[in-house]
Amino acid sequence: MTDRGGAAGAHPRAAAPAAGAQMPGPMPCQDGPVSEAQALVQIAGATVRFGAFTALDGVDFRMFPGEVHSLMGENGAGKSTLIKALTGALALDEGTVVIGGSERRFGGPRDAQDAGVSTVYQEVDLLENLSVAENIFLGREPRRWGVIDHRTMRRDAAAVLSGLGLDVDPASPLGRYPLAVQQLVAIARAISTDVRVLVLDEPTSSLDLDEVAELFRVIRELKERGVAILFVSHFLDQVYEMSDRITVLRDGQLVGEYLTTELLRIDLVKKMLGRDVAEIAPREHVVEPEMPADPVLSARGLTRTPGIANADVDIAEGEVLGVAGLLGSGRTELARALTGVDRAHAGIIRIEGQPARLDSPRHAMNLGVVYSSENRRTEGLIGDLSIEDNIVLALQAQQGALHPISAPRRRELALSWIEALGIKPADPDRPVRTLSGGNQQKVMLARLLALSPRVIVLDEPTRGIDVGAKVEIQRLVGELADNGLSVVFISAELEEVLRVGDRVAILREGEVAETVAAASLNPDTLMALVAQPDLPEA
Amino acid sequence: MTLLKHRLFWPVAALVTLVVVNVIANPNFAKVTMRDGDLYGNPVTILRESAPLMLVALGMTLVIATRGIDLSVGAVMAVSGAVSLTIIADSPDPGSLGTVTVAIVVAVLVALVLGAWNGFLVSVLGIQPIIATLVLMLAGRGVALLITGGAITTVTSAPYKFLSNGYLILLPVAFFIWVAVVAIVALVERRTALGMLTESVGINPEASRLAGVRSRGIIWAAYMVSGLLAGVAGIINASNTMAADSNNAGYLIELYAILAVVLGGTSLMGGKFSIAGTVIGVLTVTTLDKTIQFFGVPPAQSPVFFAVVVVIVVLVQSPRVHAWGRAASARMRRTPSSGEPPTGPGAASAAKKHEEVAA
Repeated sequence: MTDRGGAAGAHPRAAAPAAGAQMPGPMPCQDGPVSEAQALVQIAGATVRFGAFTALDGVDFRMFPGEVHSLMGENGAGKSTLIKALTGALALDEGTVVIGGSERRFGGPRDAQDAGVSTVYQEVDLLENLSVAENIFLGREPRRWGVIDHRTMRRDAAAVLSGLGLDVDPASPLGRYPLAVQQLVAIARAISTDVRVLVLDEPTSSLDLDEVAELFRVIRELKERGVAILFVSHFLDQVYEMSDRITVLRDGQLVGEYLTTELLRIDLVKKMLGRDVAEIAPREHVVEPEMPADPVLSARGLTRTPGIANADVDIAEGEVLGVAGLLGSGRTELARALTGVDRAHAGIIRIEGQPARLDSPRHAMNLGVVYSSENRRTEGLIGDLSIEDNIVLALQAQQGALHPISAPRRRELALSWIEALGIKPADPDRPVRTLSGGNQQKVMLARLLALSPRVIVLDEPTRGIDVGAKVEIQRLVGELADNGLSVVFISAELEEVLRVGDRVAILREGEVAETVAAASLNPDTLMALVAQPDLPEA
Repeated sequence: MTLLKHRLFWPVAALVTLVVVNVIANPNFAKVTMRDGDLYGNPVTILRESAPLMLVALGMTLVIATRGIDLSVGAVMAVSGAVSLTIIADSPDPGSLGTVTVAIVVAVLVALVLGAWNGFLVSVLGIQPIIATLVLMLAGRGVALLITGGAITTVTSAPYKFLSNGYLILLPVAFFIWVAVVAIVALVERRTALGMLTESVGINPEASRLAGVRSRGIIWAAYMVSGLLAGVAGIINASNTMAADSNNAGYLIELYAILAVVLGGTSLMGGKFSIAGTVIGVLTVTTLDKTIQFFGVPPAQSPVFFAVVVVIVVLVQSPRVHAWGRAASARMRRTPSSGEPPTGPGAASAAKKHEEVAA
């Protein structure tokens, strides 16, 4: 990813380049308000090996009370491993963890919690069928005469939630709330303990702008209380907005620790990638930015409650239609209704002019319309099956179980897609769950492209994958469109939507509010369009 | 090391160990003799008596692969035995090949219908498999009793008896039946795409739906195959005793079948399944049954003995126990040489790390 324009950073940044950055090894004292002696967390020489593979190689890392510290690196850089070492989910093979002045050897996450280290993971790991209060106090329920004191629990939970400014009923089942709220409950759970170090692993990936602002307010408050916050996010804007300090890892090694104000964004990306990012030119946009005359796929009055109401969409051959909208604006619902995953309650879909009733994904696939879910793990891949099985799955399902694709043909298909999309490792027999996020996404793409579709709907195809893979996917989407495929590209990252899309459909409250040529927008103007539901309709 | 990692290593190791222990304790365990051109002896008996459990466990493997379970197989066996023997008993010519063929075909079709009923409840109505098949588990034996009129129907029919007690080349017919069925099922699952699609549905039903897999049909088919194979098992079982005992035919076989599937390395969580593993699991269970006889365990204590051995076998196969074993041996090696205290947390998390890599 590149700078979203130098002006996008909201806070003042020192003009000094990365020359002032520190290098690994003994860290000299900072000029800032903190000194070595005050470090709350001090990890030294952390090394973790998985068999022959070294995930973490002698990494030093420290955190100070009352700071927000970002941990940056591509997938596989060792971020997760370092976090697991800090939170007790994993033991170090070498090195020491010192928290609050004493060395710790965590036998498990519980030990880390007792030492004041709490974690909120990327995937919400709460129990949907339990109440919000039960989730917050899971494993440490207030007791009275040996049994759980539900009243006290609800009262305490309500206090924690209102402290976060959350309007959530502690007695309701957690599953009743959207993912974004569940995430905030997970944070409430973390901070309801006596927390000194709070680890937030991609906390904002499912939050909309308001919720992110809310989360940031809470983080600042915790900072005031002297909590050290480890913030892991692939949204550079958020990293720059929130963090005081950035530690960069690459290939399991420490690249360095920097003050956020002294590290230019482009330098950060360079350090993460370890090479200069070739400036990715925006795609050459299709000349025709207007509503196409003969769309491949068109929808009129598409409605499914809750989610989308009266949405109109047109997609021309060989164009990328970017879809932008806030969380809850109906992005995913629109994608699912267009591809037969969810049946529309009203409205009409035409494929090359022919009305089509799409009542299953299978049906839509047969008509050349395919969907890649935003949830790779739960709605995309078959984790235990091999790369090859995953690639041929949809094609095989389309042909029917009794008309098997022959073994040599399967292998040929798998190898050709592995090569075409650059899937790594290039081993068709490898279980797909062992792949990195970016490669998993490519396997998903391969599965759908193997069907030779006419329209492909990609819901957040670059979520949670590293910068390099992201750029590759974006480039791939452009190539596919240049070859005549129509692509619907949904992303919460406006900059990405603009870069990839020819036109951008802006969703507000379940409606396509307007469709605009991407070339006429910049992230700020698009943001304004997305964020203002009260904008007078044209 | 690669051998150790093969998914069938531990199931095979458990079976081999069981056999070796038996042979050491009593060499007669493995004794095979030739009489009138046929082989006799305990190993042959194991191969013969494995047949009903083998067929049932095979169907169970497919059902479990779809994240389901089929508790009704024992009852289906009873129904199938009752149907076939009643037809034979009611026919004017019980000994003719035609009568027996009709009896078998009808019984198998009835079993197929029962399997389809289970599949309908699970895949169309969305009832949880354990409840859906519990219905037939409880009702099936009643149906069988209705068919036989509440009595234990006994018949004399040479062709029917041949199925379980006859011999083909050297070995019992029942053995050839299960080998043939295993071969057919393995061929159908692995040569068509049914196996992969079944695993896909079992691992991730929603992702499979989004990939266009007709999971309803796949799940339905698994229960039908399970019903069908239970029907064949019921016929072999009835042929063994030549009596339709509706209360005891296939009694508790659903639980032994689940045990055999798990011993064979197929996870109850669904997904990846192994037909070869199930074959080994069934042979292990049958061998264990024979072990109890050879050790002369009194009938009253045999369930306890059986349970103890099963627990040991399951522990030996458990990945977590393997990890503990590795950690312990690593500690043994490290302690004397370095003199350092054993790194407890590091060792204990060996298993966890293993999973991390996979993730």
